[in-house]
Amino acid sequence: MARKRADLDRRTVLKGAAAGAAATIFAPNIVAAQSKVMRIGVPTILSGRVAQLGTSSRNALQMEVEKINAAGGLAGRQIELVVRDSKGQPQEAARVSRELVNSDGCEILLDAEASSGSFAVQEVAKDLGVLVMHTNSETSSLTADPKIRIPLAFRSCRQGIHDAVASGAYAAEIAKAKKLTRWGTCSPDYAYGRDNTQLFIEYLKHFNPGIEVITDAWPKLFQPDYTEVITKVLQAKPQALYSALWGGDLTSWVDQANIYGLFSQMEVFAINMADYTALTAVKNLPKGIHSATRYIKSYPNTPQNAAYADAYRARFKEYPTNWSWENSVGINFIAAAAKKANSADGKKIAEAMRGLKIESPFGTDGTITMRAEDQTVIGYAIGWGTTISKEPYVPEVTGASWDSILKLEAEWKKRNNYL
Amino acid sequence: MDLDALANCLTSTSCLVTQTTSGLIIGMLLFLVAAGLTLIFGVLKVVNFTHGSFYMIGAYLALTVNELTGSYTLAVLGAAAGVGLFAFVFERFFMSKVYGSNVLMQLLVCYAFILILDDAVKIIWGPEFKSMGMATAFQKPPLFIGGGIVPVFYLFLIVVTLIISVVLWLVITRTRFGTVVRAAAVNPSMVSALGINTGLVYSGVFVLGGMLAGLAGGLAAPVRSLTAGMGFSILIESFIVTVIGGMGSIAGALIGSILIGLVRAFGSIGFPLFVEGLMFLLMAVILILKPSGLLGKEG
Repeated sequence: MARKRADLDRRTVLKGAAAGAAATIFAPNIVAAQSKVMRIGVPTILSGRVAQLGTSSRNALQMEVEKINAAGGLAGRQIELVVRDSKGQPQEAARVSRELVNSDGCEILLDAEASSGSFAVQEVAKDLGVLVMHTNSETSSLTADPKIRIPLAFRSCRQGIHDAVASGAYAAEIAKAKKLTRWGTCSPDYAYGRDNTQLFIEYLKHFNPGIEVITDAWPKLFQPDYTEVITKVLQAKPQALYSALWGGDLTSWVDQANIYGLFSQMEVFAINMADYTALTAVKNLPKGIHSATRYIKSYPNTPQNAAYADAYRARFKEYPTNWSWENSVGINFIAAAAKKANSADGKKIAEAMRGLKIESPFGTDGTITMRAEDQTVIGYAIGWGTTISKEPYVPEVTGASWDSILKLEAEWKKRNNYL
Repeated sequence: MDLDALANCLTSTSCLVTQTTSGLIIGMLLFLVAAGLTLIFGVLKVVNFTHGSFYMIGAYLALTVNELTGSYTLAVLGAAAGVGLFAFVFERFFMSKVYGSNVLMQLLVCYAFILILDDAVKIIWGPEFKSMGMATAFQKPPLFIGGGIVPVFYLFLIVVTLIISVVLWLVITRTRFGTVVRAAAVNPSMVSALGINTGLVYSGVFVLGGMLAGLAGGLAAPVRSLTAGMGFSILIESFIVTVIGGMGSIAGALIGSILIGLVRAFGSIGFPLFVEGLMFLLMAVILILKPSGLLGKEG
């Protein structure tokens, strides 16, 4: 469907019947708020294997934008989201982002891409000088590395390094209590799986130096049959196993490991288990898998968070995902900063956003802060707990200590020459 | 590379038992898909690239029947029957039109259907991955044989696929249908001249191949995550199997499947980062030594 930028001539055209189906669909918005509408471009993944995450991003944004618009929009201008599919390809994400700004008249980019795409969007934003909010890319270097960071780019999602410290600390405690010294790993064989697992082990050993890794298995991304990696791990007989598998890969691995009785032979720490996309898909979810919270209604255990999950579910017939909360936070930061700056101008919003603290159902203490120095969020909920086979799936969550996360993050930044 | 681990494994009974059964289970499920692929190629001389999609439809049909009836047996039978029916329609209305055409044309028709079927699955069952869950009868702790771990469900799968293989072998070698099929593979015009409707024979072979893929999808559904596009990776592996075994040879497909299964099972211990590569290496070596595949006919 072709869409053209709305301009004054359009109004006359619209009055005629010749504008076609596309125009009739979008006409009400354009005509109603001709001069005032604020377009926000959203490149995200709406097709392919992770389409569910992109859809859940769009859903979350839609919910928040309606609230923001009802409360007056961005400094008086109503928000209109223009969502485009990048198919999960970085070059497509870059092309779509450029088009959103140049052809569709978007003044802000809300980048709901996975990590590979967000680096491409960052380049476009840098080139065009528009404000960009990365809502899903968890790769730490995107905002931590001063060579990559730009003044107009912010991030509203969890970060690999925060996750690693929180996970290492939690797993080390359990390891001490249960005397788990021999560990194994089983993670997907690509950048995310490798980096995540390596960092986890680093911090696990930091908090509990007595640990040794005796086996590692690296199944391919989207591998259908995990039999050989499961039996390899079983042969090595580790006392605990860490896995960074996610989504459908994780669920089929769980199903296959289950019939080998793997979960009764070792403690399993699967960082991506406690996300509703995986929790609701596994039919025979084993009890007692340790997992970090991605998005879960039971943590933070507050009425605000439960209300968010219920409202989302009532509307979209499924629970929010990890990407949902991250997008909600992103758009709310933009709205709060615009209110503070009393302007919808990207540069003024950026200025107001640095160091801004907003109330959020997804914050450990009910707030989330956009840290000024590297323009990324801190204070969001990170916790670990164990699974049960039915709702609420992870009933008890141990929250991570942000003091410890921030301290070790600073050391990590120093080691990487980011400071 | 971890040759010590491999050597340790090969000298320990528990490891041998576990890895051999895991190799067999990987191989036998692969065989069901590859057998249909190679059968269709042997008789119809077309490479059915949609075969992976048949496997996918089988898995999804099993999911639905399982939800409706709660019976894994019915789910598997439903998958085979449903995919058989679909294969019949697909062959009659589409594939049969391109039998005489060049490979490129056949490839295009098949590729189009891979895309169409993936999208159809998304429309009917939704874009998110699904999991069928294990029948309660198989929710049992695994067996320990000689110190090795053998899941009850996998033992069942190996037995079932072996029975299917034997039945398939009997059908091809001992029945009139099998005789006609073999004859049609060698000389279709002679078969036709003898008053046999070759179109019907082709259709029958295509449906049989489709049912095998559907069976594989249904049987594997409890331990696979179901996604649109899941047929693709199994298609690639099935191709390796048919090439290793010899295009058109069912016995070759059986040997090829078990070889691939064992290579994966033991390769993951000795060469954890090169498991996929090993499969292709095996294929390359066999093609160099015997270009027509292990049991393929020369020429």
